Amino acid sequence: MWAFIHKLGSPKWFYAISSRLLPWFWTTAVLLIGVGTVWGLAFAPADYQQGNSYRIIYVHVPAAFLAQSIFVSMAVAGLIFMVWKIKIADMAAAMMAPLGAAMTFVGLFSGAVWGVPTWGTWWMWDARLTSMLILFFLYIGVIALRGAFSSRHSASRAASVLAMVGVINIPIIKYSVDWWYTLHQPSSFSMTSRPSMPADMWLPLLIMVLGFYCFFVAVTLMRMRSEILRRESNKRWVRELAGELS
Amino acid sequence: MAFESFQDFIAMGGHAPYVWTAWAVTLALLLVSGIHARAEHRRLLRGLQRRMRREQRLAGCPGGTTNHYQRGGNANDT
Amino acid sequence: MRGTEAPMVEEEGARVSRGEPRGGLVVALRATLKRDLILLLRRRSELMNPLVFFALVITLFPIGISPDPVLLATIAPGLLWVAALLAALLSLDSLFRGDFEDGSLEQLLLSPQPLPALVLAKVAVHWLMTGLPLALMAPVLGLMLSLPAGSYGVLALSLAVGTASLSLIGAIGAALTVGLSRGGVLLSLLVLPLYIPVLIFGAGAVKATIMGDGVTAHLAILGALLAVALMLAPWAIAASLRISING
Repeated sequence: MWAFIHKLGSPKWFYAISSRLLPWFWTTAVLLIGVGTVWGLAFAPADYQQGNSYRIIYVHVPAAFLAQSIFVSMAVAGLIFMVWKIKIADMAAAMMAPLGAAMTFVGLFSGAVWGVPTWGTWWMWDARLTSMLILFFLYIGVIALRGAFSSRHSASRAASVLAMVGVINIPIIKYSVDWWYTLHQPSSFSMTSRPSMPADMWLPLLIMVLGFYCFFVAVTLMRMRSEILRRESNKRWVRELAGELS
Repeated sequence: MAFESFQDFIAMGGHAPYVWTAWAVTLALLLVSGIHARAEHRRLLRGLQRRMRREQRLAGCPGGTTNHYQRGGNANDT
Repeated sequence: MRGTEAPMVEEEGARVSRGEPRGGLVVALRATLKRDLILLLRRRSELMNPLVFFALVITLFPIGISPDPVLLATIAPGLLWVAALLAALLSLDSLFRGDFEDGSLEQLLLSPQPLPALVLAKVAVHWLMTGLPLALMAPVLGLMLSLPAGSYGVLALSLAVGTASLSLIGAIGAALTVGLSRGGVLLSLLVLPLYIPVLIFGAGAVKATIMGDGVTAHLAILGALLAVALMLAPWAIAASLRISING
């Protein structure tokens, strides 16, 4: 087990193994998102309350899931980097952050668009949207902090600390925002919480969520490979690799 | 099939603008980030190859300043 | 102004860092507390700035919104809390900056005493000199916003407890950005999202008093947030300072 982890920490080995894994993740992601899109858009039954506008759920919820999961993975990667000094973990954290921010933006945008047919307005201070907005600011903070340092080592460590502080705060923020919302709007209609969904509705949602996760893994692996090339461009194996290719 | 006709599908029961914008923006963002990740990798590989070729060329000619060029390529590494 | 203080700073910093065997941690803590208090008390204008800022922001709202007392009374709890939060934020940038520039922060890092305890002392002084005055000043400004009677005590109490959490959380951001030349705006970007739970329960406490609801739950949660911040923040601040100094 430990040998495996140490091997995984070596950029050269990671570069090799990820090239074998990547095609699988790309195909699974494309397949799942494709099936989920067709099923969710065309075949899932219309909602009895919201009609067809509920079909936004199939992009809103996976994006929101991914936005939260990416922040948590970023903090875990930061912890691994701080404790074991594994550079690969920091590369992962650095490459994930922009995708996480993008997913948070997608969640916010689709939520706002969904708000027009549901609430009749582009923006409501709904608990879910508010905490997603705060998450967006947290992402921007981590990305900005990493960019502000001139030395990569300090940038990595500072971003790791901030990601960990953020991840401890996310549940606190979430619960306090939920509490604040119920206090101000005691009875209001929430977009995504419904008593029970028929299988025809939640199965495509599950497929979309899995597809988004596969996509996240694929993009992160791909970008980590680029980051390895960038950071290790003077290592012998990278030069040999480039020599072989040319 | 939840819709009677293709027209129905496009109309989304009157919610067409909302459903289609949300979906379009999401899928476009996924597409862009996927393409960007792949293009970034390809660009870096090509840059490395170009550097290797240049170094080989310089090493081939007498009195080539290989070291100088190597250092030039490393300037943005910390 | 800094030049005149420099000899004193060095002397005190050296005393802390040498860590005489007979005092240990208590001596180091007392020395840090005393040194920071003296330094802050010598810069009175800097101490006044957050308070003046607080009063100014509160003045802007009736001018910008409406002088109507009924309207002001409904938004007063939130306004007072937001303005106090921004004032506390304003003072954060100088928390470690002076020590960083004159090198005494490095002395602090080199001292044999545990760094989390020492930074906790620094944060305590910061709260004593900004958070507490803000809390004491808030009732006066509440009066100007025609805050309903009976909620003044809760306002001051919630601000006193809340600003302690704000100082602790903010110190993490201040420690992360102390080495950056233009860390000011970045600092607020990092810290403000983390302030939201404190704002919710702090302003909520004042509102609950006005509505006649029980206020203990809010204050208890504010206390719980402070306890969590007290447990975790010193370590995060210490780690961040090491990153900012050593790279």
